[in-house]
Amino acid sequence: MSGLINVSSSPHVRDKDTTSKIMQCVFIALLPASLFGIYNFGLNALIIIAVTVAACVATEYVYEKLMKKPVTVKDWSAAVTGLLLALNLPCPYGTENVIRMCLLAILGSVFAIVIVKQLFGGLGQNFMNPALGARCFLLISFTSRMTTFAMADGVSTATPLALLKAGESVNTLDMVIGRIPGTIGETSVIAIIIGAIFLIWKDVITLRIPGSYLISFAIFVLIFGGHGLDLNFLCAHLAGGGLMLGAFFMATDYVTSPITKKGQIVYGVILGCLTGLFRLFGGSAEGVSYAIIFSNLLVPLIERATLPKPFGKGGEK
Amino acid sequence: MGKYIERIYNGIIKENPTFVIVLGMCPTLAVTTSATNGVGMGLTTTAVLILCNMLIAALRNYIPDKVRIPGFIVVIATFVTLTELLLKAFLPALNDSLGLYIPLIVVNCIIMGRAEAYACKNGVLLSMFDGIGMGLGFTMALTMIGAIRELLGTGAIFGFTILSESFYEPITIFILAPGAFLVLSMLVAAQNKINLINEKKAKEAAKAAAKAE
Repeated sequence: MSGLINVSSSPHVRDKDTTSKIMQCVFIALLPASLFGIYNFGLNALIIIAVTVAACVATEYVYEKLMKKPVTVKDWSAAVTGLLLALNLPCPYGTENVIRMCLLAILGSVFAIVIVKQLFGGLGQNFMNPALGARCFLLISFTSRMTTFAMADGVSTATPLALLKAGESVNTLDMVIGRIPGTIGETSVIAIIIGAIFLIWKDVITLRIPGSYLISFAIFVLIFGGHGLDLNFLCAHLAGGGLMLGAFFMATDYVTSPITKKGQIVYGVILGCLTGLFRLFGGSAEGVSYAIIFSNLLVPLIERATLPKPFGKGGEK
Repeated sequence: MGKYIERIYNGIIKENPTFVIVLGMCPTLAVTTSATNGVGMGLTTTAVLILCNMLIAALRNYIPDKVRIPGFIVVIATFVTLTELLLKAFLPALNDSLGLYIPLIVVNCIIMGRAEAYACKNGVLLSMFDGIGMGLGFTMALTMIGAIRELLGTGAIFGFTILSESFYEPITIFILAPGAFLVLSMLVAAQNKINLINEKKAKEAAKAAAKAE
Protein backbone atom coordinates (compact mmCIF):
# COMPACT_ATOMS: atom_id res chain seq x y z
CA MET A 1 0.00 0.00 0.00
CA SER A 2 2.67 2.44 0.99
CA GLY A 3 4.06 2.37 -2.54
CA LEU A 4 0.94 4.16 -3.80
CA ILE A 5 1.37 7.19 -1.62
CA ASN A 6 3.66 9.55 -3.38
CA VAL A 7 4.08 13.17 -2.37
CA SER A 8 5.82 15.41 -4.83
CA SER A 9 5.75 19.01 -5.95
CA SER A 10 4.13 20.14 -9.19
CA PRO A 11 3.88 19.46 -12.12
CA HIS A 12 1.43 16.65 -11.40
CA VAL A 13 0.11 16.25 -14.93
CA ARG A 14 2.72 14.62 -17.08
CA ASP A 15 2.82 13.91 -20.77
CA LYS A 16 4.99 11.76 -22.98
CA ASP A 17 5.63 14.64 -25.42
CA THR A 18 9.16 15.93 -25.51
CA THR A 19 10.55 19.05 -27.14
CA SER A 20 12.15 17.06 -29.91
CA LYS A 21 8.91 15.15 -30.60
CA ILE A 22 6.94 18.39 -30.97
CA MET A 23 9.63 19.98 -33.09
CA GLN A 24 9.71 16.91 -35.33
CA CYS A 25 5.94 17.23 -35.79
CA VAL A 26 6.33 20.88 -36.82
CA PHE A 27 9.14 19.92 -39.19
CA ILE A 28 6.99 17.23 -40.81
CA ALA A 29 4.05 19.60 -41.02
CA LEU A 30 6.19 22.12 -42.90
CA LEU A 31 7.18 19.52 -45.52
CA PRO A 32 4.09 19.88 -47.79
CA ALA A 33 4.73 23.62 -48.08
CA SER A 34 8.43 23.00 -48.70
CA LEU A 35 7.75 20.38 -51.37
CA PHE A 36 5.29 22.67 -53.09
CA GLY A 37 7.89 25.45 -52.97
CA ILE A 38 10.43 23.16 -54.66
CA TYR A 39 7.83 22.15 -57.28
CA ASN A 40 6.88 25.81 -57.83
CA PHE A 41 10.34 27.40 -57.93
CA GLY A 42 12.57 24.53 -59.03
CA LEU A 43 15.68 22.96 -57.57
CA ASN A 44 17.07 26.34 -56.47
CA ALA A 45 14.48 26.32 -53.71
CA LEU A 46 15.74 22.94 -52.52
CA ILE A 47 19.30 24.30 -52.40
CA ILE A 48 18.24 27.31 -50.35
CA ILE A 49 16.20 25.18 -47.93
CA ALA A 50 19.08 22.74 -47.44
CA VAL A 51 21.63 25.50 -46.91
CA THR A 52 19.45 27.37 -44.39
CA VAL A 53 18.59 24.31 -42.31
CA ALA A 54 22.22 23.17 -42.29
CA ALA A 55 23.43 26.66 -41.37
CA CYS A 56 21.02 26.95 -38.43
CA VAL A 57 21.91 23.54 -37.02
CA ALA A 58 25.64 24.14 -37.52
CA THR A 59 25.47 27.59 -35.89
CA GLU A 60 23.69 26.19 -32.86
CA TYR A 61 26.23 23.37 -32.57
CA VAL A 62 29.27 25.63 -32.93
CA TYR A 63 27.91 28.30 -30.55
CA GLU A 64 27.06 25.79 -27.82
CA LYS A 65 30.43 24.06 -28.20
CA LEU A 66 32.27 27.39 -27.99
CA MET A 67 30.26 28.53 -24.96
CA LYS A 68 30.69 25.12 -23.32
CA LYS A 69 26.94 24.64 -23.00
CA PRO A 70 25.02 21.38 -23.45
CA VAL A 71 24.52 20.85 -27.17
CA THR A 72 20.79 20.93 -27.96
CA VAL A 73 20.96 20.27 -31.68
CA LYS A 74 19.07 17.00 -31.26
CA ASP A 75 15.88 18.75 -30.13
CA TRP A 76 15.21 19.76 -33.76
CA SER A 77 14.38 23.36 -32.82
CA ALA A 78 17.28 24.76 -34.85
CA ALA A 79 16.20 22.68 -37.82
CA VAL A 80 12.66 24.05 -37.54
CA THR A 81 14.01 27.60 -37.31
CA GLY A 82 16.10 26.99 -40.42
CA LEU A 83 13.23 25.52 -42.37
CA LEU A 84 10.90 28.37 -41.39
CA LEU A 85 13.51 30.95 -42.35
CA ALA A 86 14.06 29.25 -45.71
CA LEU A 87 10.33 29.19 -46.40
CA ASN A 88 10.33 32.94 -45.76
CA LEU A 89 13.01 33.68 -48.34
CA PRO A 90 12.32 34.43 -51.99
CA CYS A 91 13.79 32.04 -54.54
CA PRO A 92 15.89 33.96 -57.09
CA TYR A 93 16.76 32.96 -60.63
CA GLY A 94 20.30 32.50 -61.98
CA THR A 95 23.37 30.93 -60.39
CA GLU A 96 24.93 34.09 -58.98
CA ASN A 97 21.69 35.23 -57.42
CA VAL A 98 21.14 31.81 -55.85
CA ILE A 99 24.64 31.85 -54.35
CA ARG A 100 24.04 35.33 -52.95
CA MET A 101 20.68 34.27 -51.54
CA CYS A 102 22.40 31.29 -49.88
CA LEU A 103 24.92 33.67 -48.29
CA LEU A 104 22.06 35.83 -47.02
CA ALA A 105 20.40 32.70 -45.68
CA ILE A 106 23.57 31.81 -43.76
CA LEU A 107 23.82 35.35 -42.37
CA GLY A 108 20.16 35.17 -41.38
CA SER A 109 20.67 31.78 -39.74
CA VAL A 110 23.55 33.10 -37.64
CA PHE A 111 21.44 36.13 -36.65
CA ALA A 112 18.45 33.93 -35.76
CA ILE A 113 20.38 31.39 -33.70
CA VAL A 114 23.04 33.55 -32.03
CA ILE A 115 21.42 36.94 -31.53
CA VAL A 116 17.71 36.21 -31.25
CA LYS A 117 17.89 32.81 -29.55
CA GLN A 118 21.16 31.93 -27.82
CA LEU A 119 22.10 35.35 -26.43
CA PHE A 120 18.80 35.42 -24.55
CA GLY A 121 19.35 31.96 -23.12
CA GLY A 122 18.48 29.45 -25.83
CA LEU A 123 15.24 27.65 -26.60
CA GLY A 124 12.46 28.74 -24.25
CA GLN A 125 14.02 32.09 -23.45
CA ASN A 126 13.92 33.86 -26.81
CA PHE A 127 11.55 36.81 -26.77
CA MET A 128 10.79 36.73 -30.47
CA ASN A 129 10.51 34.09 -33.12
CA PRO A 130 14.10 33.53 -34.33
CA ALA A 131 13.16 32.77 -37.93
CA LEU A 132 11.02 35.88 -38.20
CA GLY A 133 13.58 38.04 -36.43
CA ALA A 134 16.12 36.94 -39.03
CA ARG A 135 13.67 37.50 -41.87
CA CYS A 136 13.03 41.07 -40.75
CA PHE A 137 16.78 41.62 -40.32
CA LEU A 138 17.31 40.50 -43.92
CA LEU A 139 14.26 42.39 -45.18
CA ILE A 140 15.51 45.69 -43.76
CA SER A 141 19.09 45.10 -44.88
CA PHE A 142 18.58 43.72 -48.38
CA THR A 143 15.19 45.13 -49.29
CA SER A 144 15.44 44.78 -53.06
CA ARG A 145 16.84 41.24 -52.99
CA MET A 146 14.24 40.14 -50.45
CA THR A 147 11.30 41.59 -52.38
CA THR A 148 12.23 40.47 -55.90
CA PHE A 149 10.09 37.46 -56.62
CA ALA A 150 10.76 35.33 -59.68
CA MET A 151 8.94 32.25 -60.91
CA ALA A 152 10.88 29.16 -62.02
CA ASP A 153 11.13 30.55 -65.56
CA GLY A 154 13.09 33.55 -64.31
CA VAL A 155 10.44 36.18 -65.00
CA SER A 156 10.17 38.37 -61.93
CA THR A 157 6.66 39.56 -61.27
CA ALA A 158 4.71 41.39 -58.63
CA THR A 159 3.10 39.30 -55.93
CA PRO A 160 -0.71 39.19 -55.80
CA LEU A 161 -0.59 41.36 -52.65
CA ALA A 162 1.42 44.03 -54.47
CA LEU A 163 -1.11 43.90 -57.30
CA LEU A 164 -3.96 44.24 -54.79
CA LYS A 165 -2.20 47.21 -53.23
CA ALA A 166 -1.93 48.79 -56.67
CA GLY A 167 -5.68 48.30 -57.10
CA GLU A 168 -5.57 45.51 -59.69
CA SER A 169 -7.52 42.28 -59.62
CA VAL A 170 -5.99 38.86 -58.96
CA ASN A 171 -6.92 35.22 -59.54
CA THR A 172 -7.90 33.85 -56.13
CA LEU A 173 -7.93 30.21 -57.30
CA ASP A 174 -4.26 30.42 -58.34
CA MET A 175 -3.45 31.83 -54.93
CA VAL A 176 -5.16 28.98 -53.09
CA ILE A 177 -3.32 26.38 -55.19
CA GLY A 178 -0.08 28.36 -55.02
CA ARG A 179 0.90 29.04 -58.63
CA ILE A 180 1.96 32.57 -57.72
CA PRO A 181 5.23 34.38 -57.02
CA GLY A 182 6.22 34.80 -53.39
CA THR A 183 8.59 33.37 -50.84
CA ILE A 184 9.40 29.65 -51.07
CA GLY A 185 6.91 28.37 -48.54
CA GLU A 186 4.09 30.88 -48.42
CA THR A 187 2.45 30.48 -51.82
CA SER A 188 0.27 27.42 -51.49
CA VAL A 189 -2.63 27.69 -49.06
CA ILE A 190 -3.55 24.04 -49.62
CA ALA A 191 -0.08 22.73 -48.71
CA ILE A 192 0.01 24.88 -45.57
CA ILE A 193 -3.48 23.77 -44.51
CA ILE A 194 -2.45 20.10 -44.92
CA GLY A 195 0.47 20.72 -42.56
CA ALA A 196 -1.75 22.65 -40.14
CA ILE A 197 -4.34 19.85 -40.03
CA PHE A 198 -1.52 17.42 -39.20
CA LEU A 199 -0.39 19.67 -36.32
CA ILE A 200 -3.93 20.05 -34.95
CA TRP A 201 -4.49 16.28 -35.24
CA LYS A 202 -1.24 15.70 -33.32
CA ASP A 203 -2.38 18.20 -30.66
CA VAL A 204 0.71 20.34 -31.23
CA ILE A 205 -1.28 23.50 -31.87
CA THR A 206 -4.86 24.54 -31.19
CA LEU A 207 -7.05 26.67 -33.39
CA ARG A 208 -7.18 29.48 -30.82
CA ILE A 209 -4.36 31.65 -32.14
CA PRO A 210 -4.72 31.02 -35.89
CA GLY A 211 -8.52 31.18 -35.65
CA SER A 212 -8.72 34.46 -33.79
CA TYR A 213 -5.91 35.82 -35.98
CA LEU A 214 -7.61 35.02 -39.28
CA ILE A 215 -11.10 36.04 -38.13
CA SER A 216 -10.00 39.38 -36.71
CA PHE A 217 -7.89 40.02 -39.82
CA ALA A 218 -10.89 39.27 -42.05
CA ILE A 219 -13.10 41.62 -40.03
CA PHE A 220 -10.44 44.34 -40.16
CA VAL A 221 -10.16 44.01 -43.95
CA LEU A 222 -13.96 44.06 -44.33
CA ILE A 223 -14.27 47.26 -42.31
CA PHE A 224 -11.23 49.19 -43.49
CA GLY A 225 -10.43 47.54 -46.86
CA GLY A 226 -12.52 50.05 -48.76
CA HIS A 227 -14.13 47.30 -50.87
CA GLY A 228 -17.21 46.63 -48.77
CA LEU A 229 -18.41 43.04 -48.94
CA ASP A 230 -16.17 42.08 -51.86
CA LEU A 231 -15.48 38.37 -51.22
CA ASN A 232 -12.82 38.14 -53.92
CA PHE A 233 -10.81 40.93 -52.29
CA LEU A 234 -11.18 39.35 -48.86
CA CYS A 235 -10.16 35.87 -50.03
CA ALA A 236 -7.18 37.25 -51.90
CA HIS A 237 -6.01 38.97 -48.74
CA LEU A 238 -6.50 35.81 -46.67
CA ALA A 239 -4.70 33.60 -49.20
CA GLY A 240 -2.01 36.06 -50.17
CA GLY A 241 1.42 36.66 -48.72
CA GLY A 242 2.62 34.96 -45.58
CA LEU A 243 -0.65 35.13 -43.66
CA MET A 244 -1.44 31.40 -43.67
CA LEU A 245 2.16 30.33 -43.01
CA GLY A 246 2.44 32.95 -40.27
CA ALA A 247 -0.89 32.17 -38.63
CA PHE A 248 -0.40 28.39 -38.40
CA PHE A 249 3.35 28.00 -38.00
CA MET A 250 4.91 31.18 -36.67
CA ALA A 251 2.29 32.86 -34.50
CA THR A 252 1.76 29.53 -32.72
CA ASP A 253 5.41 29.15 -31.67
CA TYR A 254 5.23 27.95 -28.05
CA VAL A 255 7.97 30.17 -26.71
CA THR A 256 6.75 33.45 -28.13
CA SER A 257 2.98 33.13 -27.76
CA PRO A 258 0.88 33.38 -24.57
CA ILE A 259 0.17 30.21 -22.60
CA THR A 260 -3.16 31.33 -21.16
CA LYS A 261 -6.26 30.48 -23.21
CA LYS A 262 -7.70 33.98 -22.97
CA GLY A 263 -4.29 35.42 -23.74
CA GLN A 264 -4.00 33.40 -26.94
CA ILE A 265 -7.25 34.87 -28.23
CA VAL A 266 -6.18 38.41 -27.30
CA TYR A 267 -2.85 37.72 -29.02
CA GLY A 268 -4.61 36.52 -32.18
CA VAL A 269 -6.82 39.62 -32.28
CA ILE A 270 -3.81 41.94 -31.87
CA LEU A 271 -2.04 40.03 -34.66
CA GLY A 272 -5.04 40.33 -36.96
CA CYS A 273 -5.46 44.06 -36.40
CA LEU A 274 -1.74 44.79 -36.79
CA THR A 275 -1.46 42.73 -39.98
CA GLY A 276 -4.47 44.52 -41.43
CA LEU A 277 -3.06 47.86 -40.40
CA PHE A 278 0.36 47.17 -41.97
CA ARG A 279 -1.10 45.70 -45.17
CA LEU A 280 -3.80 48.27 -45.84
CA PHE A 281 -2.16 51.44 -44.57
CA GLY A 282 1.55 50.58 -44.43
CA GLY A 283 4.24 51.32 -47.00
CA SER A 284 4.75 47.75 -48.21
CA ALA A 285 2.23 45.19 -49.37
CA GLU A 286 3.11 42.60 -46.72
CA GLY A 287 2.95 42.97 -42.95
CA VAL A 288 2.65 39.51 -41.40
CA SER A 289 6.25 39.15 -40.19
CA TYR A 290 6.37 42.59 -38.60
CA ALA A 291 2.98 42.03 -36.98
CA ILE A 292 4.12 38.74 -35.46
CA ILE A 293 7.43 39.94 -34.05
CA PHE A 294 5.75 43.08 -32.72
CA SER A 295 3.09 40.98 -30.99
CA ASN A 296 5.80 38.67 -29.63
CA LEU A 297 7.01 41.64 -27.62
CA LEU A 298 3.53 42.15 -26.13
CA VAL A 299 3.22 38.56 -24.95
CA PRO A 300 4.50 39.11 -21.37
CA LEU A 301 1.97 41.93 -20.91
CA ILE A 302 -0.86 39.84 -22.34
CA GLU A 303 0.03 36.96 -20.03
CA ARG A 304 0.11 39.22 -17.00
CA ALA A 305 -3.32 40.63 -17.86
CA THR A 306 -4.94 37.27 -18.52
CA LEU A 307 -3.43 35.22 -15.69
CA PRO A 308 -6.15 32.85 -14.48
CA LYS A 309 -7.05 32.91 -10.78
CA PRO A 310 -6.09 29.79 -8.85
CA PHE A 311 -9.12 27.76 -7.68
CA GLY A 312 -10.45 29.12 -4.39
CA LYS A 313 -8.80 32.51 -4.62
CA GLY A 314 -10.18 35.90 -5.45
CA GLY A 315 -13.76 35.25 -4.35
CA GLU A 316 -16.09 37.85 -2.81
CA LYS A 317 -14.78 39.37 0.35
CA MET B 1 51.67 63.67 -12.14
CA GLY B 2 50.47 60.10 -11.49
CA LYS B 3 46.97 61.15 -10.49
CA TYR B 4 46.51 63.16 -13.70
CA ILE B 5 47.46 60.19 -15.84
CA GLU B 6 45.17 58.05 -13.68
CA ARG B 7 42.25 60.40 -14.54
CA ILE B 8 42.83 59.87 -18.26
CA TYR B 9 43.15 56.08 -17.89
CA ASN B 10 40.01 56.12 -15.75
CA GLY B 11 38.03 57.97 -18.43
CA ILE B 12 39.16 55.87 -21.36
CA ILE B 13 39.17 52.37 -19.85
CA LYS B 14 38.02 51.94 -16.28
CA GLU B 15 34.97 54.19 -16.28
CA ASN B 16 34.46 54.60 -20.01
CA PRO B 17 31.36 56.83 -20.19
CA THR B 18 29.75 54.85 -23.01
CA PHE B 19 30.69 51.23 -22.36
CA VAL B 20 30.90 51.15 -18.57
CA ILE B 21 28.81 53.98 -17.10
CA VAL B 22 26.44 53.92 -20.12
CA LEU B 23 25.87 57.68 -20.18
CA GLY B 24 25.12 59.89 -23.17
CA MET B 25 23.18 57.18 -25.02
CA CYS B 26 21.21 59.64 -27.15
CA PRO B 27 24.16 60.94 -29.23
CA THR B 28 25.83 57.52 -29.05
CA LEU B 29 22.94 55.82 -30.78
CA ALA B 30 21.80 58.65 -33.02
CA VAL B 31 24.87 60.16 -34.69
CA THR B 32 27.19 57.16 -35.07
CA THR B 33 26.10 56.33 -38.62
CA SER B 34 29.67 56.94 -39.82
CA ALA B 35 33.13 57.08 -38.28
CA THR B 36 33.50 60.76 -39.23
CA ASN B 37 30.32 61.65 -37.37
CA GLY B 38 31.53 59.70 -34.36
CA VAL B 39 34.86 61.56 -34.24
CA GLY B 40 33.14 64.93 -34.78
CA MET B 41 30.56 64.39 -32.06
CA GLY B 42 33.17 62.98 -29.68
CA LEU B 43 35.65 65.82 -30.09
CA THR B 44 32.93 68.50 -29.86
CA THR B 45 31.70 66.98 -26.62
CA THR B 46 35.30 66.65 -25.36
CA ALA B 47 35.93 70.37 -25.94
CA VAL B 48 32.76 71.36 -24.09
CA LEU B 49 33.45 68.85 -21.33
CA ILE B 50 37.00 70.10 -20.64
CA LEU B 51 35.97 73.77 -20.54
CA CYS B 52 32.88 73.11 -18.41
CA ASN B 53 34.80 70.94 -15.95
CA MET B 54 37.46 73.65 -15.56
CA LEU B 55 35.04 76.54 -15.08
CA ILE B 56 32.78 74.62 -12.72
CA ALA B 57 35.78 73.49 -10.68
CA ALA B 58 36.96 77.11 -10.49
CA LEU B 59 33.52 78.32 -9.39
CA ARG B 60 32.79 75.39 -7.07
CA ASN B 61 33.16 77.45 -3.89
CA TYR B 62 30.99 80.30 -5.18
CA ILE B 63 27.97 78.38 -6.52
CA PRO B 64 25.48 77.85 -3.66
CA ASP B 65 24.67 74.18 -3.18
CA LYS B 66 20.92 74.67 -3.61
CA VAL B 67 21.13 76.16 -7.10
CA ARG B 68 24.11 74.19 -8.36
CA ILE B 69 22.22 72.38 -11.16
CA PRO B 70 20.91 75.61 -12.78
CA GLY B 71 24.40 77.01 -12.28
CA PHE B 72 25.97 74.06 -14.12
CA ILE B 73 23.45 74.37 -16.93
CA VAL B 74 24.24 78.05 -17.45
CA VAL B 75 27.95 77.23 -17.71
CA ILE B 76 27.39 74.26 -20.02
CA ALA B 77 24.93 76.14 -22.23
CA THR B 78 27.41 78.98 -22.66
CA PHE B 79 30.15 76.69 -23.89
CA VAL B 80 27.81 74.70 -26.11
CA THR B 81 26.58 77.89 -27.77
CA LEU B 82 30.16 79.01 -28.30
CA THR B 83 31.08 75.64 -29.81
CA GLU B 84 28.03 75.61 -32.02
CA LEU B 85 28.82 79.06 -33.42
CA LEU B 86 32.44 78.04 -34.02
CA LEU B 87 31.38 74.85 -35.81
CA LYS B 88 28.92 76.77 -37.96
CA ALA B 89 31.66 79.19 -38.94
CA PHE B 90 34.56 76.81 -39.55
CA LEU B 91 33.17 73.28 -40.04
CA PRO B 92 29.73 73.79 -41.65
CA ALA B 93 29.67 70.29 -43.16
CA LEU B 94 30.14 68.60 -39.79
CA ASN B 95 27.60 70.96 -38.26
CA ASP B 96 25.04 69.94 -40.89
CA SER B 97 25.58 66.22 -40.40
CA LEU B 98 25.37 66.41 -36.59
CA GLY B 99 22.44 68.83 -36.78
CA LEU B 100 20.26 69.01 -33.71
CA TYR B 101 22.65 66.93 -31.62
CA ILE B 102 25.07 69.85 -31.19
CA PRO B 103 22.67 72.04 -29.14
CA LEU B 104 21.58 68.86 -27.37
CA ILE B 105 25.07 68.56 -25.84
CA VAL B 106 23.65 70.95 -23.21
CA VAL B 107 21.66 68.08 -21.74
CA ASN B 108 24.30 65.42 -22.38
CA CYS B 109 24.40 63.41 -19.18
CA ILE B 110 28.16 62.86 -19.35
CA ILE B 111 28.79 66.58 -18.93
CA MET B 112 26.15 66.99 -16.22
CA GLY B 113 27.40 63.81 -14.59
CA ARG B 114 31.05 64.87 -14.48
CA ALA B 115 30.13 68.33 -13.20
CA GLU B 116 28.04 66.84 -10.40
CA ALA B 117 30.25 63.85 -9.58
CA TYR B 118 33.72 65.27 -10.10
CA ALA B 119 34.25 68.91 -11.05
CA CYS B 120 32.27 70.42 -8.17
CA LYS B 121 34.45 68.55 -5.65
CA ASN B 122 37.94 68.76 -7.17
CA GLY B 123 40.53 71.29 -8.30
CA VAL B 124 40.74 72.94 -11.70
CA LEU B 125 43.67 70.95 -13.08
CA LEU B 126 42.38 67.57 -11.92
CA SER B 127 38.97 68.39 -13.39
CA MET B 128 40.58 69.32 -16.67
CA PHE B 129 42.30 65.95 -16.89
CA ASP B 130 39.08 64.24 -15.90
CA GLY B 131 37.40 66.05 -18.79
CA ILE B 132 40.17 65.02 -21.18
CA GLY B 133 39.93 61.38 -20.09
CA MET B 134 36.16 61.19 -20.21
CA GLY B 135 36.04 63.09 -23.49
CA LEU B 136 38.63 60.82 -25.13
CA GLY B 137 36.83 57.76 -23.82
CA PHE B 138 33.58 59.05 -25.32
CA THR B 139 35.29 59.93 -28.63
CA MET B 140 36.95 56.52 -28.81
CA ALA B 141 33.67 54.73 -28.16
CA LEU B 142 31.74 56.79 -30.71
CA THR B 143 34.44 56.34 -33.34
CA MET B 144 34.49 52.58 -32.81
CA ILE B 145 30.72 52.30 -33.05
CA GLY B 146 30.67 54.61 -36.06
CA ALA B 147 33.46 52.73 -37.84
CA ILE B 148 31.85 49.32 -37.33
CA ARG B 149 28.42 50.58 -38.43
CA GLU B 150 29.87 52.34 -41.48
CA LEU B 151 31.96 49.32 -42.46
CA LEU B 152 29.09 46.83 -42.21
CA GLY B 153 26.41 49.19 -43.46
CA THR B 154 28.19 50.76 -46.43
CA GLY B 155 31.50 48.91 -46.81
CA ALA B 156 33.60 52.00 -46.07
CA ILE B 157 35.41 53.61 -43.12
CA PHE B 158 35.80 57.41 -42.98
CA GLY B 159 34.33 57.42 -46.49
CA PHE B 160 37.08 55.21 -47.97
CA THR B 161 35.72 52.05 -49.56
CA ILE B 162 37.21 48.97 -47.94
CA LEU B 163 34.80 46.24 -48.92
CA SER B 164 34.13 46.67 -52.62
CA GLU B 165 30.53 46.46 -53.85
CA SER B 166 31.50 43.76 -56.34
CA PHE B 167 31.60 41.06 -53.67
CA TYR B 168 30.19 42.70 -50.53
CA GLU B 169 26.55 43.63 -50.27
CA PRO B 170 26.17 46.23 -47.51
CA ILE B 171 24.01 45.14 -44.59
CA THR B 172 21.91 48.30 -44.57
CA ILE B 173 20.41 47.64 -41.14
CA PHE B 174 23.68 48.72 -39.52
CA ILE B 175 23.35 52.35 -40.56
CA LEU B 176 19.71 52.37 -39.41
CA ALA B 177 18.57 52.61 -35.80
CA PRO B 178 18.56 48.85 -34.97
CA GLY B 179 22.19 48.61 -36.06
CA ALA B 180 23.19 51.15 -33.41
CA PHE B 181 21.70 48.99 -30.67
CA LEU B 182 23.25 45.80 -32.07
CA VAL B 183 26.76 47.26 -32.32
CA LEU B 184 26.58 49.05 -28.97
CA SER B 185 25.42 45.91 -27.17
CA MET B 186 28.20 43.82 -28.70
CA LEU B 187 30.86 46.37 -27.72
CA VAL B 188 29.50 46.69 -24.17
CA ALA B 189 29.60 42.90 -23.89
CA ALA B 190 33.20 42.85 -25.11
CA GLN B 191 34.19 45.58 -22.64
CA ASN B 192 32.53 43.69 -19.78
CA LYS B 193 34.42 40.56 -20.73
CA ILE B 194 37.72 42.47 -20.75
CA ASN B 195 36.97 44.04 -17.37
CA LEU B 196 36.12 40.62 -15.91
CA ILE B 197 39.37 39.15 -17.18
CA ASN B 198 41.32 42.10 -15.78
CA GLU B 199 39.66 41.72 -12.38
CA LYS B 200 40.45 38.02 -12.36
CA LYS B 201 44.07 38.74 -13.19
CA ALA B 202 44.31 41.38 -10.46
CA LYS B 203 42.86 38.96 -7.90
CA GLU B 204 45.26 36.22 -8.91
CA ALA B 205 48.16 38.64 -8.74
CA ALA B 206 47.06 39.71 -5.25
CA LYS B 207 46.82 36.08 -4.19
CA ALA B 208 50.26 35.31 -5.56
CA ALA B 209 51.67 38.34 -3.78
CA ALA B 210 50.03 37.26 -0.51
CA LYS B 211 51.52 33.77 -0.91
CA ALA B 212 54.97 35.16 -1.61
CA GLU B 213 54.86 37.08 1.65
